[in-house]
Amino acid sequence: MKVLVVGLNHKTADIDVREKLAFNGPKLEDGLLRIKRLPEVKEAVVLSTCNRVEMYANVKDTQKAVESIKAFISGFHGIDRGALDKALYIYDNADAVRHVFRVASSLDSMVVGEPQILGQMKDAFEFALEKKATGVLLNRLMKKAISVAKRVRTETRIAENAVSISFAAVELAKKIFTNLSEKSFMLLGAGEMAELAAKHLMSSGVKEVIIANRTYDRGCELAKEFNGRAIKYEDFLYEMIRTDIVICSTGAPTYVLMKGQMHRVMKERRHRPVFIIDISLPRNIDPEINNLDNVYLYDIDDLQGVVDSNILERKKEADKAEKIIDEEIETFLKWQSSLDSVPTIVALRDMAEEIKEEELERLINKLPDLGEKEKKAIEYMATAIVNKLIHPPTIALKEGCEDKDILVETIRRLYGINGEAKTEK
Amino acid sequence: MGVILFEVALTFYFAAAIISVMELFKGTKATSKFMLSFAVLGFVVHTASIIFRFVSAGHIPITNLHEASSFFSWCIVLIFFFLEYRYRLGLLGSFIMPLVFILMLSSSILPREIKPLSPVLQSYWLSIHTLLAFLGNAAFAIAFGIGIMYLIQEHYVKSKHLGGLFQRLPSLQTLDEINYKLITLGFPLLTLAIITGALWAESAWGSYWRWDPKEVWSLITWFIYALVLHVRLTAGWRGRRAAILSIIGFIAVLFTFFGVNLLLKGLHSFV
Repeated sequence: MKVLVVGLNHKTADIDVREKLAFNGPKLEDGLLRIKRLPEVKEAVVLSTCNRVEMYANVKDTQKAVESIKAFISGFHGIDRGALDKALYIYDNADAVRHVFRVASSLDSMVVGEPQILGQMKDAFEFALEKKATGVLLNRLMKKAISVAKRVRTETRIAENAVSISFAAVELAKKIFTNLSEKSFMLLGAGEMAELAAKHLMSSGVKEVIIANRTYDRGCELAKEFNGRAIKYEDFLYEMIRTDIVICSTGAPTYVLMKGQMHRVMKERRHRPVFIIDISLPRNIDPEINNLDNVYLYDIDDLQGVVDSNILERKKEADKAEKIIDEEIETFLKWQSSLDSVPTIVALRDMAEEIKEEELERLINKLPDLGEKEKKAIEYMATAIVNKLIHPPTIALKEGCEDKDILVETIRRLYGINGEAKTEK
Repeated sequence: MGVILFEVALTFYFAAAIISVMELFKGTKATSKFMLSFAVLGFVVHTASIIFRFVSAGHIPITNLHEASSFFSWCIVLIFFFLEYRYRLGLLGSFIMPLVFILMLSSSILPREIKPLSPVLQSYWLSIHTLLAFLGNAAFAIAFGIGIMYLIQEHYVKSKHLGGLFQRLPSLQTLDEINYKLITLGFPLLTLAIITGALWAESAWGSYWRWDPKEVWSLITWFIYALVLHVRLTAGWRGRRAAILSIIGFIAVLFTFFGVNLLLKGLHSFV
């Protein structure tokens, strides 16, 4: 009984290989059930996203299982073995457990800390559960992976900082203003990047959108799209008196806003803070403006700098996450080894023995007048009962059988043998 | 008993201050709850100690530096709890609880004996004047803490290095608005404290104003906060400048409170 991971991800395979190997739509159910039916595989889960395709399995013989899974994939997706072998990675035992935990915790993702993978993992598990493709081992593994991911999320700050430019802009806006829904927002010029950033700001709910574009007609089009108001480009300085957030990308070759102009605007605004994002190249806004009080100017490099340092921060947090995962692997492996029959037999005997001793002691205390002979007889009887009661489960555990892990788990449950198995064998 | 209560309160505040400073380096929801519980415990015991002293002295216990300092801290914690309850400003405790602890610590090393009240102080003005003055000063103390938070957060945003506290500090606008609210609360209280002080001086010494150092420094403080409000309303000075002015204002408050008593001698030398 071993955990096996066979998979590929964005690091090992190009998009076209990933596309070819994806289990999407009806292929997922078909693929999952066929892997489950392979003679070498006892349980299976298939995780298929745009960045990775992975198969988790409970197998007896890793070598044989890997062979038959590979053969299955190459037949199922119609891909030749050479290309397949190049893209695939294979982990077993502790390495496999680590891999599953890392994937769930988003440490293996393209953007470390992104939250979607955990949801995808849950879906993959629930689907496999529904199709009865999983059993004791993978159920435990997947549940543990989900709980490890949650632990990583709460104990580290891996998902805290924005790692895309438009999210970084929104995050900054939220640290300048208390409530974005009271703020008005101006799009000065309408490059593609500006539109994207504008959409992010819109979705965090600004009050009013003003669009100032050199070609007024295009401005009106955008105004319709954003449900805003188009103004003449020449009027933008005047409108800035009432605007709190400005995204600028006019495509002009020089500065369209100078420090002196902004100074006058700020006086008119009575120095209410303004957040200006200049995403044009070359820059359209005099960088000196950032030195005015209550003006916060970010250009594309500044935002990229924020994103870069956030990514670095996430990497540091990822190290903490790896430590958490190390701990969790250990507890998982302990649990897994408890599924062996020998420690379970030992635990069962210990438990029975303990009960016998306790009850004997209690009885002898209650009946102090018993003679040695009677005591011996009672003890003898107690031992005989215990042995007879635990004989059948012991035999069942000792006999090798197909569903041994289920049997072990059941016996541990029935007799209330919790905790980790003693390691002695 | 009063002494024991005071020491216990001091200890709780100490714990709250230590945790609050640690929060600057690594904080979670749990640590901030932990810090607040210590602050609440401290406050409860502190209140009891003030009541105890009130009863055993027979008058409001704000008649020497030890008592005044302790009462000052009490007012700060009171306003801090209100803000915490109302706005939940991230990390505010880290900028307030250390100050509370320092004030309590200085209170603890100042002479504590209850002396018979000098005739000048035996007046109903005592309670009114000191209550107004300390509530006002407490509002300024918190405005000071918030001013520092503003400057830190503004530094992050302006310098474009969004350092460790950026995520956990409130937004600039929130900090600025609450700073302003606190000064609009503290200013009328200080004004009334000065007026009641003048009335009291008239009945005790026969003149409203004698240019005593305490009076002079209160006036300087008053002018600083008047300036903060004036430039905000007329020229729209807010944000960084308002934060800096509120820090300067509180330094004047501290000097009026400690400096005048310890360095300069005057009529108002009791507190």
